[in-house]
Amino acid sequence: MEETLVVQNVKKTIGKKEIIKGLSFSLKKGEVFGFLGPNGAGKTTTIRMLVGLIKPTSGKIFVCGYDLQKQFTKAIQHIGCIVENPELYPYLSGWENLEHFARMLPSISTTRIQEVVELVGLQNRIHDLVRTYSLGMRQRLGIAQALLGKPTVLILDEPTNGLDPVGIREMRQFIRTLAEQEQLTVLVSSHLLSEIQLMCDRVAIMSKGEIIRIDTVEHLLKEQARTYWNVHPIHIAKQILKNETTVLGEKDDFIVTVYESNEVIARCNARLIEAGVSVSSIERKLPTLEDLFIELTGGETID
Amino acid sequence: MINLVYNEMLKIVRKKRLFIIAAIVAVLVSLFTYAQFKQVETIRERIGTTDWRTQLQQQIIDTQNRLNSTGISEEWKKFLKIRLQQQQYYLDNDINPMAPGAPTFMRMFIENSIELFLPLLVMVIAADLVSSEASGGTIKLLLTRPVKRWKILMSKYIAMILSTSFIVFSVAVLSYAISGIVFGYGGWNLPLLTGFSIQGEELNTTGVHLIPQWKYLLIEFGLAFFVSLVVGTLTFMLSVLLRSTAAVMGIMLAALISGAILSSMVSSWESAKYLFMVNLRLTSYVSGMAPPIDGMTLSFSMTVLAIWALVALIISFYVFTKRDVY
Repeated sequence: MEETLVVQNVKKTIGKKEIIKGLSFSLKKGEVFGFLGPNGAGKTTTIRMLVGLIKPTSGKIFVCGYDLQKQFTKAIQHIGCIVENPELYPYLSGWENLEHFARMLPSISTTRIQEVVELVGLQNRIHDLVRTYSLGMRQRLGIAQALLGKPTVLILDEPTNGLDPVGIREMRQFIRTLAEQEQLTVLVSSHLLSEIQLMCDRVAIMSKGEIIRIDTVEHLLKEQARTYWNVHPIHIAKQILKNETTVLGEKDDFIVTVYESNEVIARCNARLIEAGVSVSSIERKLPTLEDLFIELTGGETID
Repeated sequence: MINLVYNEMLKIVRKKRLFIIAAIVAVLVSLFTYAQFKQVETIRERIGTTDWRTQLQQQIIDTQNRLNSTGISEEWKKFLKIRLQQQQYYLDNDINPMAPGAPTFMRMFIENSIELFLPLLVMVIAADLVSSEASGGTIKLLLTRPVKRWKILMSKYIAMILSTSFIVFSVAVLSYAISGIVFGYGGWNLPLLTGFSIQGEELNTTGVHLIPQWKYLLIEFGLAFFVSLVVGTLTFMLSVLLRSTAAVMGIMLAALISGAILSSMVSSWESAKYLFMVNLRLTSYVSGMAPPIDGMTLSFSMTVLAIWALVALIISFYVFTKRDVY
């Protein structure tokens, strides 16, 4: 698959403090990539470096093969972004805002502006002043603005921040559609685990200026999945299970073991029944990213 | 580039800044016109309406007498001759020097507004050109377009120059149009004295000559435009450096007002002449008023102002293109 955004060992030092300690990753066409980390992990700083607002102290960023430092205009042309809140000119109408940004891009036609307005569903209010928009509408106008130049990579910093539940679901679907149908690469950052879990294909977990893990969401979760056994009496069951699989511990009335294949579970179940243990439920559970995060960062809490 | 400048002008116009400035100018001009009108009226009451011709004739005779008397220097003689020429012109053309027309009002207005009023108006536009984008967060959108940073700043600078031109132009037009209602629109060819220079304590009149008022006005408005550009550029730099528009305005306001105060009290502090704010009264050199500090000339003041503006411009562009935006 084609790589659209490549980041090579990017560092940022401010004063004597190293804020970003060497990031490397690459994004593919048509994928939604999540940046997950607590506030202050360096997500926004990283995103600002990706869009050229902050110069990295060292390292390279390539967008569609163009070096962001050396060929800024060519590279940035392939990026559409919202950094933090979608701040637009409140004293202009939505349409005028889009026209304003269209004038800064090479040859954007009125039809294209119309197109993005319809894409984000703002037709009815587009000629009103942005001052009168709700946060959700501003967010959508921000996305319209980002899509104006037909970017290859869309970078959204906390795209669901401040939206209501319906807005969040809409935004999620919208981002998935863009990636799947328009084949855009979408990079989203969030400190909300549930967000990333539902929206992203791959995720990078950031903590204190470093990426501590990059993997597919599915894989990460599977690795940490557990099997919960609701059995009685527990001490006998534990002895039996120890012979067959790895017991991790007890939680409430459950015995927790690692994730196992169907065959292993069936065999364990047979052994338990042979020994006269009553089995009321066997359940395989995916952990929430929250548990995952705490495990990976060694107890660092989120928010 | 034209597109970028269009964007900047659109933002200035939609913020209604230019409209507000034009309104302020209109109100102030009306106010001053009325004040001037009252003043003329009291003078007229004191010396009578028809008396000004005889009075002027008396002045001419006085000047002639002084010319004929012995013991005055050649230089002074020349000055008196020019003076005589001017008085004769008033009489021949039936102009009351005490009750002048709209162009004279324009001259008076620009001479009094070059130091503080005009710079304040320019400051209102220039102060938030960059800082408002920074405080509003829109700077992030501007700088993530496929446009180089220096071009974005250049478009803003050009917009500042255009707005300054508009301000100076509207001051000229409004002061002419409004005061003309009361004083009449004539008087473009009124001869005025210029070319004074001050040497030490003495007024040097060797270079004095008469020029028509329209030429005089052109020079003064040219100088006013230059001063406005310099103040605009300095404000522009502060606007790049600071996120808060209020801070920009505060600093600029303090500088301008301190300039007005310093001008009247720095005659013994010579190095103060390198401060931009005591050099703003360029029109004084044309009308022959003593500069605040000895040794200040028109070219000196213009050079000082130009250097300040140039340095400000270099700092603005350097900082804007290099800075990390948070």
